[in-house]
Amino acid sequence: MSIMTETEAKAILDKVIALSTADECTAQLNGSIDGNIRFALNNVSTSGVVSNTDLAVQVAFGKRVGVATINEFSDEALARVVRRAEDLAKLAPENPEFVPAVGPQQYRPSQTFSEATAAITPEQRAEVARASIAPCRAENLIAAGFLLDGQTFVAFANSNGNFGYQRATGMDYTCTVRTADGRGSGWVGRNLQDSSRFNAGDDIQIAMRKAAASADAQALEPGKYTVILEPAAAAGLISFMFNFFDARPADEGRSFLSKAGGGNKLGEQVYDPRVNIFADPWHDEAPVMPWDDEGLPRDRLPFVENGKIANLIYSRYWAQKQGKTAVGQPGNLIMSGGTKSTSDLVRETERGILVTRTWYIRMVDPQTVLLTGLTRDGTFYIENGELKYPIKNFRFNESPVIMLNNIDELGRPVRVAGDESSFRMMIPPMRLRDFTFTSLSDAV
Amino acid sequence: MDRRRFLAACGIGAGGALLPGFVGRAIAAEQLVEPVDVAVKKRLADAGLSAATNAGASYCDVRVGRYLRQFIITREANVQNVVNTESMGVGVRVIADGAWGFAATNEMTAEAVANAARLAAAIARANTKNQTAPVRLAPTRGVGEVSWRTPIRRNAMEAPLQEKVDLLLGVNAAATNAGASFVNSMMFLVNEQKYFASTDGSYIDQDIHRIWAPFTVTAIDQTTGKFRSRDGLSAPMGMGLEYLDGDAADKITAPNGVVSYGMSYDMTEDAVAAARQAREKLTAASVKPGRYDLVLDPNHLGLTIHESVGHPLELDRVLGYEANYAGTSFATLDKREARFQYGSEIVNIMADKTQRGSLGAVGYDDEGVQTKSWPLIQDGKLVDYQTTRDQAHILGKDASDGCSYADSWSTVQFQRMPNVSLQPGKTKMSAADMIANVEDGIYILGRGSFSIDQQRYNAQFGGTLFYEIKNGRITQPLEDVAYQMRTPEFWNACSAICDESDYRMFGSFFDGKGQPSQVSAVSHGSSTTRFDGINVINTARSLG
Repeated sequence: MSIMTETEAKAILDKVIALSTADECTAQLNGSIDGNIRFALNNVSTSGVVSNTDLAVQVAFGKRVGVATINEFSDEALARVVRRAEDLAKLAPENPEFVPAVGPQQYRPSQTFSEATAAITPEQRAEVARASIAPCRAENLIAAGFLLDGQTFVAFANSNGNFGYQRATGMDYTCTVRTADGRGSGWVGRNLQDSSRFNAGDDIQIAMRKAAASADAQALEPGKYTVILEPAAAAGLISFMFNFFDARPADEGRSFLSKAGGGNKLGEQVYDPRVNIFADPWHDEAPVMPWDDEGLPRDRLPFVENGKIANLIYSRYWAQKQGKTAVGQPGNLIMSGGTKSTSDLVRETERGILVTRTWYIRMVDPQTVLLTGLTRDGTFYIENGELKYPIKNFRFNESPVIMLNNIDELGRPVRVAGDESSFRMMIPPMRLRDFTFTSLSDAV
Repeated sequence: MDRRRFLAACGIGAGGALLPGFVGRAIAAEQLVEPVDVAVKKRLADAGLSAATNAGASYCDVRVGRYLRQFIITREANVQNVVNTESMGVGVRVIADGAWGFAATNEMTAEAVANAARLAAAIARANTKNQTAPVRLAPTRGVGEVSWRTPIRRNAMEAPLQEKVDLLLGVNAAATNAGASFVNSMMFLVNEQKYFASTDGSYIDQDIHRIWAPFTVTAIDQTTGKFRSRDGLSAPMGMGLEYLDGDAADKITAPNGVVSYGMSYDMTEDAVAAARQAREKLTAASVKPGRYDLVLDPNHLGLTIHESVGHPLELDRVLGYEANYAGTSFATLDKREARFQYGSEIVNIMADKTQRGSLGAVGYDDEGVQTKSWPLIQDGKLVDYQTTRDQAHILGKDASDGCSYADSWSTVQFQRMPNVSLQPGKTKMSAADMIANVEDGIYILGRGSFSIDQQRYNAQFGGTLFYEIKNGRITQPLEDVAYQMRTPEFWNACSAICDESDYRMFGSFFDGKGQPSQVSAVSHGSSTTRFDGINVINTARSLG
């Protein structure tokens, strides 16, 4: 029973809370059924289904905290996991930053569950692989891809009387298509909550077109260029920057959001006035659970409004210390934009570079959030509104803070998954001036 | 998973930490030292082997794994988190009708393991539909009942928690007293108790230990708003708690007084130096971009070796199996045939799974192959790759190189990087001797930012400490340094390598690969090495 009903979950959580003799107790059930299929060289390489349910119990005696988890739910097992958490808490050093568990909360449900995604079968996964591989084989292209789909539930309760339960689904598909001679490479990614909107047969055409069109790449001199970053290309830079929206390092003087002389940049103009970034658990296309990891309710929360820093992320400890009210930490990252697609932006570009995807992004200097990384799987030169020819990949050294001050135009946001970010994101395609490429890469 | 994501998962990032980032039961500290009886493991394994054979499998291996981890996370005077986890279960892999199948269970009963074996056989048969050629396993000799243990002097899991907490808080206090504005320190301990059995007649019991004790010291100039960090110069090691004894005999002092560490680490001493150096970085000169001769300390060069030699010579990448995620490789099979000049003639790079104290050292890999060392680059020429049993035939080899690894009983083993190390120079040379011959150069120590393309051509590396070299002398600290390289040109610019007295290991504790992603740990040894005429950029920017 990887996915429990609300009643089943509550019965277990209530037992756990009743069993604990600690000053406070929080229990959380997480269950999931994840399916995946992986293919490479036009063959399926692995496929599987993993089901699991875990119960985590956190107890506190004063400021001493212990956590234990278990994946069986008999009365004996529940007693054992509570005792184990309590034993650990008694051994743990005091945490001076301990904040008691939240009291009873009201959560407004978000629509995070889709029946179609929860019902994906191994046959459907095999069909996704087939629909990706077959057209590639027919055109002498080579596909390598991965589909991950799953459903989850989260339920939690604490000794202060708080309780929450909700189910969610998600799927993420990526496919890299290469020409048989290795001179061209294209990519497509699709991240959805509802898999009924997914059609691998359509998406694979994007990667195939880019693969075929990217052979015979020409070398451009590194330098500053007008670029159009597709949403997947921009997401890596923007989500990386968003990791540094935490108030504490900003207040401590070790963040790009710290101010010379002390304090943080809350309320200051940091970006172009067209930049608006917010979190919203009830967002139509990218909803997330209506609570954060500590059970605080999430709300629609602007982080950047008209280019100004509107909010920072406060842990409950740091909020208390700074005299702020802690609100639920964000689970999604929504960047506003306009109405144009990537193709529309290309059509209106006199000269520029289209970037399909960015890769291996790492921090070079946290003082300015200078990031380095590379373009990958489809980089093209644009002239007079058309993709003129493929170009060799570039390494960039660019700060998203500088980049979001060089906006030419923002397009229509699209739901994307970051390679290395846990945020669910809506990111627009964007045309930017003076994007800094510092060297050429021979990689295809 | 990289370190940033790992730390976020451990709760030091945004958000609380009700659930630690690793799958596994959280357990009491004293339970970390109770081993599972080898007879119990053999009984479980035999149940899997015979069920698989009865189900028609031509090959089966069973891994009974108990994976223990302890993480201690501190900042300044506070312990932020102590996490003990245990994950135990059985993974069964079979070949049936020429295809692989895998299934795993956390139920430690003979019946559950037999069921997993039958399921694995059924999955293998289902996979034959998509198989264009049957799996070909390189032969390996059954070794009977054997065991292997990381040669540790002191099991870090057994040491009292208080002792380890006291050490970290002592490090933090020393750094703070020496002028650090902030200090975060951590201890990561891993113990893999792995039992491997196969239809080849092997029953291998292994007890593997790893330790990592990183820290970050930050200095702030509040007036200017400038901040700089200096990470510890330790390496993660395949050792016990003895690594943190701080034995003075294992120190190497650079010409400018920077202390580096070999097989023993003095964390407190390093933290005090870090506090001073982090402050020094606030006012250091900004590098003038251009071409420089680089003198790279082993604690820096290890990551460059990892990214530009270790990864491109993974055979599965070369063949295209990782194309959708990690990427492919420029070092294609034809280059091995042509004895491609990967580096200059003094570049000799060995792969190994045997080096004492290294993260990759095991007696046998995760498909029962006895470990060894072998050359990847000889006299600068590409001569070999890294293989598992089902890949060896592709290179015309009659045995696997022993590169199979899975990060859990519940994940399927695949080809992972062994230790990949640059061999020391044969002529006597210290770092001081090397620097004395450099006219216009930069001396770089410690790891910094790292990024490389999906075929491992174009890379950019930062570092922890940078020093200007002028006319054979270290003149001043530098900041804002990163070098950009194209892999073959970089290794062909290697002009001098210090001798074995300077040899030290660097390590990567959480190296990610595969979909779904698995982590592994691997070491890279080298001596201080010189590279001529490398392109250095200035990374300073202004946010206006």
